[in-house]
Amino acid sequence: MEVFDIFLLEAVLNGILLGGLLALLSLGLNLIFGVIDVVWICYAEMIMIGMYAVYALHVQQGWPLLAAMAAGIAIVALLGALMHQFIIRPVLSAEPINQLLVTGGVLFFLQAAATLAFGIEFKNLGVKLPPVAIGEMSFSMPRIIAFVVAVAGVAATYLFLTRTYIGTAIRAISQDREIMPLVGVNPGRIFVVTSALGGSLAGLSACLLVLQYDIHPAIGLSFGPITFLICVLGGLGNMLGGLIAAFIFAQFISVGGFVLAIEWGYVIAFVFFIAVMFWRPQGILGGK
Amino acid sequence: MLSISNVSAGYGSFRALFGVSLEVKAGESVAVIGPNGAGKTTLLRAISKLIDLTGGEVTMEGRSLRQVAPHKVIATGIAHVPENRRLFPRLTVEENLKMGSFPVSSRTRFPEKRKFVFDLFPRLEERRNQLAGTLSGGEQQMCAIGRALMSGPKLLLLDEPSAGLAPVVVQSIMQMVKRICAEGYTVLIVEQNIRQVLKVVDRAYLLETGRIKSSGTAAELLASAEIRKAYLGI
Ligand SMILES: Nc1ncnc2c1ncn2[C@@H]1O[C@H](COP(=O)(O)OP(=O)(O)O)[C@@H](O)[C@H]1O
Ligand SMILES: [Mg+2]
Repeated sequence: MEVFDIFLLEAVLNGILLGGLLALLSLGLNLIFGVIDVVWICYAEMIMIGMYAVYALHVQQGWPLLAAMAAGIAIVALLGALMHQFIIRPVLSAEPINQLLVTGGVLFFLQAAATLAFGIEFKNLGVKLPPVAIGEMSFSMPRIIAFVVAVAGVAATYLFLTRTYIGTAIRAISQDREIMPLVGVNPGRIFVVTSALGGSLAGLSACLLVLQYDIHPAIGLSFGPITFLICVLGGLGNMLGGLIAAFIFAQFISVGGFVLAIEWGYVIAFVFFIAVMFWRPQGILGGK
Repeated sequence: MLSISNVSAGYGSFRALFGVSLEVKAGESVAVIGPNGAGKTTLLRAISKLIDLTGGEVTMEGRSLRQVAPHKVIATGIAHVPENRRLFPRLTVEENLKMGSFPVSSRTRFPEKRKFVFDLFPRLEERRNQLAGTLSGGEQQMCAIGRALMSGPKLLLLDEPSAGLAPVVVQSIMQMVKRICAEGYTVLIVEQNIRQVLKVVDRAYLLETGRIKSSGTAAELLASAEIRKAYLGI
């Protein structure tokens, strides 16, 4: 994270902006875990692939930025569906540790693939957006965009899950997988749709991150762990918990970083995480 | 309508059904009665293809279900109300009904079917925005039956709708079953509550340890010495 300005208010507002992005990051992972009961350790690396996809199409192929981003989202959505069909489905009834190892293998595979395709040098879109000044406060434009789009993405996901038949089935299957055929639902199909939806959320995250950060094959490591912490803090698989945890975490990082030093923001957030784990090991809104 | 011939099924190497045959004609209400562990639930699960048959054949309106995928069984006109109701506890009553009309062919009739269900169970309309997991046992059973009716089935499979309910509630559920039959649905109901269920169905089969032991009209079975002695305690 960049340097914070002198104002506490600015730090709080920046925390809210960051919270929106972290909420989006945690949503896809939580959705997949809540429905399929498998943790995609490689989720952040799928975001990394999305960032490279946008870079390749926009910078190397010369596509308009928005078209490259739309294609990036579609590519990661497809990657999510393939991930389920070929990696997760064969281990659906395996031990959780084996499922974890398989998705960990994909993590290294994606990192290696990105290194082979793009090298280890930092890449960026070269898009420069001027900061927005409000009074004496200043906000980064990519962050404001990230917040607005992330909130819209979360809201769209909410509407999809509550207003459509497929969305309702996605919520239902996480409550009772076995009887789904009795209501005419093919669970395998719902899993693929869920994985593609989780992938498209990763793709959307990639579009927002690529406006702010340089891309390199290990970039997943810089936001993957924090995404997992947020999911666990909120209650793994609980989407609402994840959203709340994202905003709490973002405030610790932003305000903590403002009061002390940027690195300390993360330390305080992590101490808070550990304290909550002692108090509620299942997370803020976790069930069992 | 539904014809089960010589069906065997089980769990792994354990066999729960041994060559069961029975017939349900259009418009009939038929009960399968028998003690706990007899294989009644297994029989309904085999019809719905939640488990595979190891032998025999199930046909619905003359069509074999052998090649039908589990989630396509509902399209043949069979709706299954599973044991223990199995509602989606964190979906509302209305959303549970919505899941009942998930098949694309049922979706356009959702408002019409929902009205039918609410007319049948006015309690559900009062509770339509309540989470299903917070309903009373009797209301949950209504919701489970309602969810099954949403697909507009021809045949309703009911697995122990009276289980775990207070005696007065059992009576009202049985009255609802009777009304559903009167509405023209064909019903295959599985029950341990033999005395109650024999009051509402036309015919019944007695299932014991995976085999049909006897069958007849409800009146015949109520009068049979075997059933009176073993199950009605008279
Ligand atoms: N999931 C299962 N795995 C193994 N055995 C089972 C399973 N479900 C039922 N059984 C066994 O199959 C037999 C029939 O069970 P079930 O069909 O549930 O009987 P009922 O519904 O008549 O009480 C019982 O012996 C039961 O223990
Ligand atoms: Mg049973």
